[in-house]
Amino acid sequence: MSMKEKFDAIVVGAGPSGNAAAYTMAKAGLKVLQIERGEYPGSKNVQGAILYSDALEKIIPEFRDDAPLERHIIEQRIWVMDDESFVGTHYRSDNYNKPPYNRYTIIRAQFDKWFSSKVREAGALLICETTVEELLLDRDRVIGVRCDRLGGEVYADVVVLADGVNSTLARKAGFHGELQPGNVALAVKEILFLPEEVIQSRFNIGEDEGVVIELMGKVTEGMVGTGFLYTNKDSLTIGVGCMLSDFKANPQRTKPYELLEKLKKHPSIAPMIAGGEMKEYCAHLIPEGGFNAVPRLHGDGWLIVGDSGGFVNSVHREGSNLAMTSGRLAAETLIEMKAAGLPPEARHLKAYKDKLDGSFVMKDLKKYRNLPDVLHGNPQFFTAYPELVNRAASTFFTVDGVDKRTKEKEIMGSFRSARSLTGLVGDAFKLWRASR
Amino acid sequence: MHIVVCIKQVPDSAQIRVHPVTNTIMRQGVPAIVNPYDLFALEEALRLKDQFGGRVTMLCMGPPQAEDALRKCISFGATDAILVTDRAFAGADTLATSYALAAAIRKINEEQAVDLVFTGKQTIDGDTAQVGPGIAKRLNWNLLTYVSRIPKVDLDGRRIQVERRAEGGVQLLDTTLPSLITMLEGTNEMRFAGMDDMLRAARFPVRRWSKDDAGISDVNKIGLKGSPTVVSKVFGPTARSQHADMMSVADTNLQDVTLNLLDKIFTQHPMLEEEIVERLSA
Amino acid sequence: MSEAAKPAPAKAAGRAGRNTELSEELKAYKGVWVFIEHDRGQVHTVSWELLGAGRALADKLGVTLHGVILGGPDEHLDTFAKEACVYGADHCYLMRDVVLKGYRNEPFTKGLTDLVNKYQPEIVLLGATTMGRDLAGSVATTLNTGLTADCTELNIDPATRALAATRPTFGGSLLCTIMTLAYRPQMATVRPRVMAMPRRDEARTGGVTEDTLGLIETDIVTKLLAFIPDANRNTVNLAYADVIVSGGKGLKHADNFKLVWDLARVLGAEVGGTRPVVQAGWVEAERQVGQTGKTVRPKLYIAAGISGAIQHRVGMEAADVIVAINTDANAPIFEFAHFGIVGNAMQVLPALTEAFRARLGKQIRKIA
Repeated sequence: MSMKEKFDAIVVGAGPSGNAAAYTMAKAGLKVLQIERGEYPGSKNVQGAILYSDALEKIIPEFRDDAPLERHIIEQRIWVMDDESFVGTHYRSDNYNKPPYNRYTIIRAQFDKWFSSKVREAGALLICETTVEELLLDRDRVIGVRCDRLGGEVYADVVVLADGVNSTLARKAGFHGELQPGNVALAVKEILFLPEEVIQSRFNIGEDEGVVIELMGKVTEGMVGTGFLYTNKDSLTIGVGCMLSDFKANPQRTKPYELLEKLKKHPSIAPMIAGGEMKEYCAHLIPEGGFNAVPRLHGDGWLIVGDSGGFVNSVHREGSNLAMTSGRLAAETLIEMKAAGLPPEARHLKAYKDKLDGSFVMKDLKKYRNLPDVLHGNPQFFTAYPELVNRAASTFFTVDGVDKRTKEKEIMGSFRSARSLTGLVGDAFKLWRASR
Repeated sequence: MHIVVCIKQVPDSAQIRVHPVTNTIMRQGVPAIVNPYDLFALEEALRLKDQFGGRVTMLCMGPPQAEDALRKCISFGATDAILVTDRAFAGADTLATSYALAAAIRKINEEQAVDLVFTGKQTIDGDTAQVGPGIAKRLNWNLLTYVSRIPKVDLDGRRIQVERRAEGGVQLLDTTLPSLITMLEGTNEMRFAGMDDMLRAARFPVRRWSKDDAGISDVNKIGLKGSPTVVSKVFGPTARSQHADMMSVADTNLQDVTLNLLDKIFTQHPMLEEEIVERLSA
Repeated sequence: MSEAAKPAPAKAAGRAGRNTELSEELKAYKGVWVFIEHDRGQVHTVSWELLGAGRALADKLGVTLHGVILGGPDEHLDTFAKEACVYGADHCYLMRDVVLKGYRNEPFTKGLTDLVNKYQPEIVLLGATTMGRDLAGSVATTLNTGLTADCTELNIDPATRALAATRPTFGGSLLCTIMTLAYRPQMATVRPRVMAMPRRDEARTGGVTEDTLGLIETDIVTKLLAFIPDANRNTVNLAYADVIVSGGKGLKHADNFKLVWDLARVLGAEVGGTRPVVQAGWVEAERQVGQTGKTVRPKLYIAAGISGAIQHRVGMEAADVIVAINTDANAPIFEFAHFGIVGNAMQVLPALTEAFRARLGKQIRKIA
């Protein structure tokens, strides 16, 4: 039997954060082992999926050479939906057509496979179909992992936990508590197959151009959440997600896939996806607790990156870029630490947390830290307001012989009776405070 | 003992779907796996290696990404792995494939004499079961197909005994080494790779052979040129002209639906009722 | 089933550099052969089915159809030859030798290869059984010719007079037509029950040509020490059953399969299953109906909780009457079934069982 091997770092998980960490470290010459429990990297990952170039550029600057990218986004739409209508805001700019492109839609299965091949090219060792059951501890210090295979104990200076939203490892080791239903959303999505030309004509885009549509309002039945519709090369991604606690508390007991079915049937959505053949269906948990739910991120011999650390900006639907950035920052911390000859103790690993705090990751989470609670406590943002806004638009745009002044009064009146003047002011104030 | 195991990397056909409009294969994100039938062959080879010592060399003809499949086999305990990969192999049917693999095996045999070649019964993407017999013929080795068990191997005496599945029973065959065995599925259970093997596989330098390395001299026998069979067209199954006569339990009461159904079936097919009654009366 | 293969252009793009022209020498190859497989006194019915298919091919080409029979001197090869003609053959080639008693790859490969080289048929068909596949691969490689396995349809391309063999591809999701244009003979294997049994014509007779093998036992390396028949004589006879009730994953639990068995009992039917339920262990592998399982041609096929994916479809779509039960009104099976019930199999099956029992029970005559 060979001597038990020791690595500079073991990365648990081959999702975006794990790949970012493993790649960066391997490129710098560290001895890295990455362990993924799925059959192949990406088999357990689910995402919308939008790729934010900025985060990936800082890791693999030339990623556009061979990464599998669907369409680059040139138009963003936000639709506030009522039962049969929506009020939408679009932003489309030809600037988005000037390379290098800022955002792309991607298919996670293929993207992760590509990213993982880069990780291996950089020199990291990857093993799949292997689950890390437990962190090996020497008193309070993490010294390695134990996997579900014979002789499954492997040692490392640092273990980077990139094992996703429902990480059991950190919980088992006592680094953080159970995942609260109020801090996580359950999202479901489908990929619908449609020929390229149909997508392009329906969404008014050219070859390689893409549209992102964020959907909110009555589609989530008063629960805190959003829907989305993205254009891939020859498929559409449509999905919806709500806070898990809201699903549980919903008196109508609507299941996530039922919510998605209703969304697909909405008269404004149905024509957009007509003729699409369902190719994939999946569900996933998304951390939504924001700043207040971020757990302890480092300790003696360990760091947490990605969804496991709750790095999701639900307001802007950003998660994978935060994940990759956290992975990169963790890697940089470890590279610097090793170069300085410092032991992997919490006080040195704290540099990771500092880097995070100084980056957009924590800054954005901090900015919106109160939003989850505000949204939770104020369902009117998901029901009354969408209705009001839609009705206002209907009144305003329908030409029916009623004079415009009367219409204006009707609109103002509807808002005030629904929410009262103080309520309106209060809502505005709450939102402003929470997003500040 | 030196055993060569031939494998193929195939798309996981359970996950392949057909585009509803263009009838093309939707292979996006469909993972490539080791042909499941080949794993039974590998496990059997590994068991013989456990018993007699020696080496198991994996062999695969495929594109560069087939290296992953070979690596997986290393993780189960195979000793060595060779990927024979060359653009010239593209479009090969089973005759051209067996030619290339047989040439490679001859080369491997030069490095160290080969006692047995194992292949899986068939592939899940081709389903022909022809490559194993083809290789045996070209090497002029004994062919033993549908082997379910290997009760006896006599290395010194150069003899082997196998049980071979036939219709209605099992043949007990005795022959000499070297031989080529195609292994029946369900005959053994694949072992679990230990951590050491997983790490070894992750690092393993899979050998790559071009057609020249594999000792292939006649390019007319490989790839598209060496394939007598030609695919003239690929198509989806045509829809039957008539959709089923439908009844729904939601609209009508269950009992009525069943009575209605039986009436319809037996009115349209009176002989059927008679035949069923006839058999039940016998 | 697919439509007949359309004529393929002789030199299509994508076959660049590949020989697709038949040499003069090979053009002389004429005749359709069917390998008659037999074991311990019985001919495998797939051989008769192939004679039916072979007859159609021979007629289209205007050539003769021959059975090829290899066996031991004490086996009933002449009887088999007569039967072959009753099923459509014009004539049979025979090889009788003690080393051909009991199948072994070496002597059979030599025998069939020698016959082919001597009498030069353009098409050779074999059943896709363990024997057939073992033999076909070896013979095709020896003759350096094309072999297409597990064909679901055989046709003649009128333009080239070549065999157009259709078979499933990509795990059964699609079908493809394959031809062997520049080599002879064109070989194909077909699974049992894919082709219909031809009608017997008792008046039909044909000649026999006998050849010698030219191998002695000491030439042959592989010895057949014994044949161990399967212990379970009560083997499942799915392939030839007239009524089959099958269950799929839509039944949700292994326990629910009992409902399939109940209905089968009332109908005197065999029980079948899809590949997923066989893999899940709900029924034995012998009961798998489908592309990698058995092909069946019953008079009545009842499919409960089966979606109708192509891999299952090709195994049973030749049934005379197909009844499908599924909760999904859009399930593919309703596109080719004759009758469909949209409902929960767990409720429909017992109701059907009752209905059949009530209706048939009255008619069953009990032997006094």
